[in-house]
Amino acid sequence: MMHKEAFSDPARERRIFARRLIFSTFSMILMGLVIISRYFDLQVNQFQDYATDSDNNRVHVRPAPPTRGIIYDRNGEIIADNRPTSNLAIIRERAGDLDQLIQKIGLLITLSDNDIKRFYTRLKRQKPFEPTPLKFNLTEKEQAILAVNQHILGGTKISARLTRFYPKHDLFTHVVGYVGRINERESDTINTINYSGTDSIGKTGIEKFYENSLLGDVGSDQVETNARGRVMRILDQVSPAAGSDLQLHLDSQLQQVAYEAFSGKRGSLVAIEIDTGGVLAMVSAPSYDANPFVSGISQKDYDALINSPDKPMFNRSIRGQYPPGSTIKPLFGLIGLQSRSITTTTKIEDPGYFLMEGIERPWRDHNSERGGHGKGVDLAKAIIESCDVFFYTMGVKIGIDTLAANSQSFGLGQKTNIDLPGERAGIMPSRIWKKRARGASWFDGDTINVSIGQGFMLTTPLQLAVMTARIASRGDLIQPQIVKSIDGVANPRIQIAENPNISAEYWDYIHDSMRDVVHSTRGTARRISKNLTYTMAAKTGTAQVISIKATDEYDRSKISERQWDHALFVAFAPAKDPKIAIALIVENGEHGSSAAAPIARTVMDAYIKSTTMENDSQDLAATNASYLKSSRGANTYAEQ
Amino acid sequence: MQNSDFVRRMQSPGGDRKKSGSMHIDFPLLVLLCALCVFGLMVLYSAGGQDLFYIKRQATFMVVGFFVMFAVAQFEVRYWEKWAFVFYGLGLFLLVAVLLFGVGAKGAQRWLDIGFTRLQPAEFMKVGVPLMLAAYLSKRFIPPTLKHISWGMVMILLPAALIMRQPDLGTALLVFVSGFLTLFLAGLGVRYLVFTFLTSIAAIPIMWNFVLRDYQKQRILTLLTPEQDKLGSGWNIVQSKTAIGSGGLNGKGWTEGTQSQLNFLPESHTDFIIAVLAEEFGLIGILTLLALYALLIARCSFIALNAQSQFGRLLAGSLGLLFFIYVFVNMGMVSGILPVVGAPLPMISYGGTALLTLFIGFGLLMAISTEPNRMRKNF
Repeated sequence: MMHKEAFSDPARERRIFARRLIFSTFSMILMGLVIISRYFDLQVNQFQDYATDSDNNRVHVRPAPPTRGIIYDRNGEIIADNRPTSNLAIIRERAGDLDQLIQKIGLLITLSDNDIKRFYTRLKRQKPFEPTPLKFNLTEKEQAILAVNQHILGGTKISARLTRFYPKHDLFTHVVGYVGRINERESDTINTINYSGTDSIGKTGIEKFYENSLLGDVGSDQVETNARGRVMRILDQVSPAAGSDLQLHLDSQLQQVAYEAFSGKRGSLVAIEIDTGGVLAMVSAPSYDANPFVSGISQKDYDALINSPDKPMFNRSIRGQYPPGSTIKPLFGLIGLQSRSITTTTKIEDPGYFLMEGIERPWRDHNSERGGHGKGVDLAKAIIESCDVFFYTMGVKIGIDTLAANSQSFGLGQKTNIDLPGERAGIMPSRIWKKRARGASWFDGDTINVSIGQGFMLTTPLQLAVMTARIASRGDLIQPQIVKSIDGVANPRIQIAENPNISAEYWDYIHDSMRDVVHSTRGTARRISKNLTYTMAAKTGTAQVISIKATDEYDRSKISERQWDHALFVAFAPAKDPKIAIALIVENGEHGSSAAAPIARTVMDAYIKSTTMENDSQDLAATNASYLKSSRGANTYAEQ
Repeated sequence: MQNSDFVRRMQSPGGDRKKSGSMHIDFPLLVLLCALCVFGLMVLYSAGGQDLFYIKRQATFMVVGFFVMFAVAQFEVRYWEKWAFVFYGLGLFLLVAVLLFGVGAKGAQRWLDIGFTRLQPAEFMKVGVPLMLAAYLSKRFIPPTLKHISWGMVMILLPAALIMRQPDLGTALLVFVSGFLTLFLAGLGVRYLVFTFLTSIAAIPIMWNFVLRDYQKQRILTLLTPEQDKLGSGWNIVQSKTAIGSGGLNGKGWTEGTQSQLNFLPESHTDFIIAVLAEEFGLIGILTLLALYALLIARCSFIALNAQSQFGRLLAGSLGLLFFIYVFVNMGMVSGILPVVGAPLPMISYGGTALLTLFIGFGLLMAISTEPNRMRKNF
């Protein structure tokens, strides 16, 4: 180092300092340019990217759920509507430890294991800033407890929302169905955008079949949130479009009457308005309350329903398949006449049994122990008194091919295409059917069984109602329908193809025979004609639950109640100008005339009372008069 | 430089004593400081969520600051030179006191509670160290010898080490830089500069392994890849870049910045306030602020060049350069080109002690600017 101890040299000091300052200034300019170019790059070159990031930060689109359409009955009575309920939800991104939080909530209000399990299932499908429901339908007390403890329950939210409610509880459950939480399988198939604000979906019945109409269109709120997710303001709104309201053909009062008539019994009833095909009542008993399913039924309650021997969750009206028994006789008689296998004057002798050539085993008549229906049994008598031997004879003559083909246009063996999910088709057996289903050839014996609605034949109560309505309307291909109008616009009816070609003479004959089932002194349903203010045409039926050897007698005391015969009944009224057709079955009710017919009478009475039925009393008077003069036999008949 | 003409046309320091009467005031500095204060309060109002709480406190500190600045300016420069070691010693004493009695937050012990307010003694050393070094070096040979450089380094490293203990890496570095700038302006030999540079590079692995704490290492790693941990340590930098970038050319408007108003931007009223300014006033706002800063620094350099003594020269030059370093470090860190260290934006960020220190510095500059022309006759 060569620094000398020297005099202070201000000039040199200044020079050095100036050089250093100039160097520093250049450095500062360079560094300043670095800063400027950095900000220029961020704010000008990358402006679009960061502007988008900034909007993504703050702008969230929240779905605004649409209000589900309301379901009314034909008179405007509410069957399903929406009620405000309070739910407790958790917003994942704002809650800390979920388990801890739920534990804390569990100390304040009752949380079932089921609630917690379902919460975690739902959580998987939710975005972190969306509230996931934990408990539904909070009571006012629970709301108050949660509100007071809000400060220790960060991330929870009590939200009011509309929840489906069924004011008629169990009355319409099988027809109208219910909504429930969207499950995983459903969430794979639905349009997730349209369901983004909704957590329930139609599970069964009308709620399921008309899901798209009832749901409506989801709206959206574009909201600005702060860093903690709190909504600061609404930027844009698209209002949701409420779902369509449905008006049903169903009549609450009629449904109520029918449902009450089944109290303590198992069975089903379907009533159809003949002019429109509209279903006036559809009962499957026993039923169950739809409301617990809306927010999730407890496992215990669900198990109780599932394990009940009465099978309350089984929709018998469209899924129950029963042998139609003698209720099929008017139709087969019609087919016999039309196919010219018999005429109105064909008469047979009924010794109480029927023998088939080459087969040892006889087919019994139901009243074989009383020696059969005797001589001179024509088709009318065979329907009125329900003579099996006549139909055995006729069935063999018509043959299964004609029977099966002509039954089709009356809706047997095929789905009616009613606007409900899950309908069963029943079985109208034929050679092809037997080959395919059983891998066996058709025998004449099979035809004999089918000719009285037994054997392989199966029908649903709905199919029987449709069949009855088509007979009543003299061959109109009546299409059953539950929903009458959607948002006031008539629900389009499926176009009807062609009517069965049957001459008017035969229609009259069959209608008269069915009327006499009720109104003649020998009719199997004569008991319900007492004090009848209108005319009714009907047919009783009995369906075997277990097969009994031909040589054995049916002895109810020897078999358990669940194996007793089913009682069936089909009817339409008024007989001359039919307005309503009914089919019903009482499981293990044994006799159509005693167990099923009175229910039909009750429902018919209620319907006729509710509609104006002019000039029917004249019709009735004329009918009664004709019977006083009638020479038809005075024997007593067992009921069938 | 485009500003140099303007700077020259500004009042010539020292020559216009009569205009300002008996008061030692540099009007160009005063005007620029007032402009920055107004701008700063505007941004702070928005950054603080339009709450008057921060504004009131900051304005109070500004008023106090102006008084302190005027008071400092009234003392002759030679008194400051003479008593520099006292202030430096007082600063060291306070730093030790912080380590013993300090209060703090977030794991750092940085403040002294003196009843009505809290002081951050480390901030004072940003002026204290250049003051001490300028006083020490101006009496020695120019350029400084190894012995004087060594003593100078001790004077720098002693407070820097104490600040590092708090720990406050950012302030420690700035204090080190402030002293080093004085050495540099005093004519530190090129070989020492090279030596310092090489030593710094060699020190990096040592610092990394033995000195830096985990969170400090994390900050440096975050600088390199902020997007890797967007919700954790990268959050600050990602959000501040988003705020700056989304401001665009014209900005979103005063109090309309969504990043800051909706609390996405952390520390928006202190170290990250430049992001609020960038978001709401855009690139135009940034350039306006930089222009004000440039004029201020130019004025400092001008004062330094015209200073009457070597002490005044060194001190004024150091303070001007240091001011630039503040701006550079803060704007660099917020925009993601420098690691996040605790460095406020001068005159704008909320913080009383930092503001007070700046005003003391500008008071010294005013004293130098208005120094009696006692040496002039020598030339």
